[in-house]
Amino acid sequence: MLKIENLHVRVAGKEILKGLSLEVKAGEVHAIMGPNGAGKSTLGNVLSGREGYEVVEGSVIYQGKNLLELEPEERAAEGVFLAFQYPVEIPGVNNTYFLRSALNAQKKYRGEAEIDSMQFLKLVREKLSVLHLKDELLHRAVNEGFSGGEKKRNEIFQLALLEPKLAILDETDSGLDIDALKAVADGVNLMRSPERAFLVITHYQRLLDYIKPDIVHVLADGRIVESGGPELALELEAHGYSWVKDRVTP
Amino acid sequence: MNTENVEIHKVLDRKYSAGFITDIEMDSLPPGLDEDVVRFISKKKNEPEWMLEWRLSAYRHWLTMTPPEWAKLEIAEIDFQASSYYAAPKNAPKSLADVDPKLLEAYDKLGVPLHERARLAGVAVDAVFDSVSVGTTYKAELAKAGVIFCSMSEAIREHSELVKKYLGSVVPVGDNYFAALNCAVFSDGSFVYIPKGTRCPMELSTYFRINAGHTGQFERTLIICEEKAYVSYLEGCTAPQRDENQLHAAVVELVAMDDAEIKYSTVQNWYPGDENGVGGIYNFVTKRGECRGHRSKISWTQVETGSAITWKYPSCVLRGDDSTGEFYSVALTHHKQQADTGTKMIHIGARTKSKIISKGISAGRGQNTYRGLVKVEKSAESSRNYTQCDSLLIGKKCGAHTFPYIEVKNSTSTVEHEATTSKISDDQLFYCRSRGIGEEDAVSLIVDGFCKQVFKELPMEFAVEAKKLMEVSLEGAVG
Repeated sequence: MLKIENLHVRVAGKEILKGLSLEVKAGEVHAIMGPNGAGKSTLGNVLSGREGYEVVEGSVIYQGKNLLELEPEERAAEGVFLAFQYPVEIPGVNNTYFLRSALNAQKKYRGEAEIDSMQFLKLVREKLSVLHLKDELLHRAVNEGFSGGEKKRNEIFQLALLEPKLAILDETDSGLDIDALKAVADGVNLMRSPERAFLVITHYQRLLDYIKPDIVHVLADGRIVESGGPELALELEAHGYSWVKDRVTP
Repeated sequence: MNTENVEIHKVLDRKYSAGFITDIEMDSLPPGLDEDVVRFISKKKNEPEWMLEWRLSAYRHWLTMTPPEWAKLEIAEIDFQASSYYAAPKNAPKSLADVDPKLLEAYDKLGVPLHERARLAGVAVDAVFDSVSVGTTYKAELAKAGVIFCSMSEAIREHSELVKKYLGSVVPVGDNYFAALNCAVFSDGSFVYIPKGTRCPMELSTYFRINAGHTGQFERTLIICEEKAYVSYLEGCTAPQRDENQLHAAVVELVAMDDAEIKYSTVQNWYPGDENGVGGIYNFVTKRGECRGHRSKISWTQVETGSAITWKYPSCVLRGDDSTGEFYSVALTHHKQQADTGTKMIHIGARTKSKIISKGISAGRGQNTYRGLVKVEKSAESSRNYTQCDSLLIGKKCGAHTFPYIEVKNSTSTVEHEATTSKISDDQLFYCRSRGIGEEDAVSLIVDGFCKQVFKELPMEFAVEAKKLMEVSLEGAVG
């Protein structure tokens, strides 16, 4: 589904990713772990097309397409979703209206029929009940006045509604208490399917207690330095990131 | 990046959709202004002697005045002798059935059908074309309810006593430079009278159209709501695209008696000029409502997207005890447009309330100023005001300014003022785009959210129009 080869990315003139390679197949859950400043968030941002990330070398092929050539909204319609580390507030814009605009924009791009407000409301209620979210979420403006936990849950709600093929979770666990963390993980687990892949970016191992990854990668200094099964995450937790650094530094 | 620029240029090149010119035989005065012009206009309209005298006194007063310079507007000196003060279609129609088909077509193009078959459902329209009213719909139906809705010219002839009693009673002849000019040369406008205890059975609206070149439009609107009466009134404005600056100086007066309510909404879309600031309407408007009766209410809602220059402060004089004034405004400036707009709330009666919600949006090199006065007189005990001024900036070359003036002369009143300035952030845009919403749609969505508090005050059809207008006006604003 996703093949990243030798990716070099600069932000404000500074090289952050230095030859990152990664392959993700449909149905897989990959965890990307690493110390602060390793380039984890850069990876999420460059995949979803944020401005200010300059690709100097390498390629990203997503479902046979050159992902880097697509605008952010085209990537979204092609099925790439980024759950933000810091979800953005849009005052005055109703959450339901926002989501319907997004879903219909994606459908339009894919040449599918748009969804009317009655059908949409039905879909929304269904997703809310599956995720055990409150109706109230729908009537508020996008993320406006939401607590940290509510913002992250809203991201998962959007994920459930937009049904992407590749979901990137950028430190979705940061700032969450244990209940919110569980709720977010439950949502993600419900969305797991043989057609969908996840890229779970996290600093801590604890999220992986709830979302079981197939493969764990360690990202350090702009490259993937170690890959393995779920046990790698536990080792990291026990020894700290310096353990990996020591192993890669010649 | 390159493809984006091409896209933006495509939208920029798109024309102002109301910019067409209707080719029709006109009866107009050559440019210039003197007492003879004032006499000509008055005579043309078969006005009574008192009206001519009123105009002449205004004209003489105007000659002693100078244009105001306190607004944050850069305007080249206006040559008042270069404009024509009267232009009307020849063969003035006697009724709607006689209206020149070309005129009907012009209003059709603007989405304001006047002919019998396609009238706007539930909205009575007075159509003012350059200097004259060309027709008023639903007159008979309104008359049944006792409501008078007609052109100002007709009101001066047919309802002389009412006009004499109220005209200039809210905005006096010498109130300001542009109001004085209007008093001297106003040619038409709308007159509304709602009798005691009557709720006007439909929305009333006036559609102003400037068509002729080198012509100013000076309309005059007077709305009187007797005890326990209610009316909702809307006005819309457009003009052809020309590379000259045309002058528009209107005066609107509202009077609300005991327990009466007037809701006045404006969607102003005069030609704004091009992206280099060539052409566009100079819009100098004096709008004032007086809550003369106890427990009366006047509410102004405006969406200002057009004009090269906007100078406009719809105000409320809260004379009656327990009366309420409201002002909801969205003003957008794009390219080189300038707006200096706001309101005055004058609290005189006891326990009077006012509320001001102002939303300024600046894009391109647009300059947007909120200027507002809240004055609480000694007599206005236990009065309240709440003011909220928000500015939204799109891009780096535009500006937003806020000048609140507050004067409180008693100790029992409360005045609150809140102001914010924000930018459409790259984060907000990227967030929308990462969900599949294209850049221009994302900007519209964010701006629409920003304006929500004001749009919800508009009658439904106008709210939809206002939203569309914002989208068109903002095209090419990002990049």
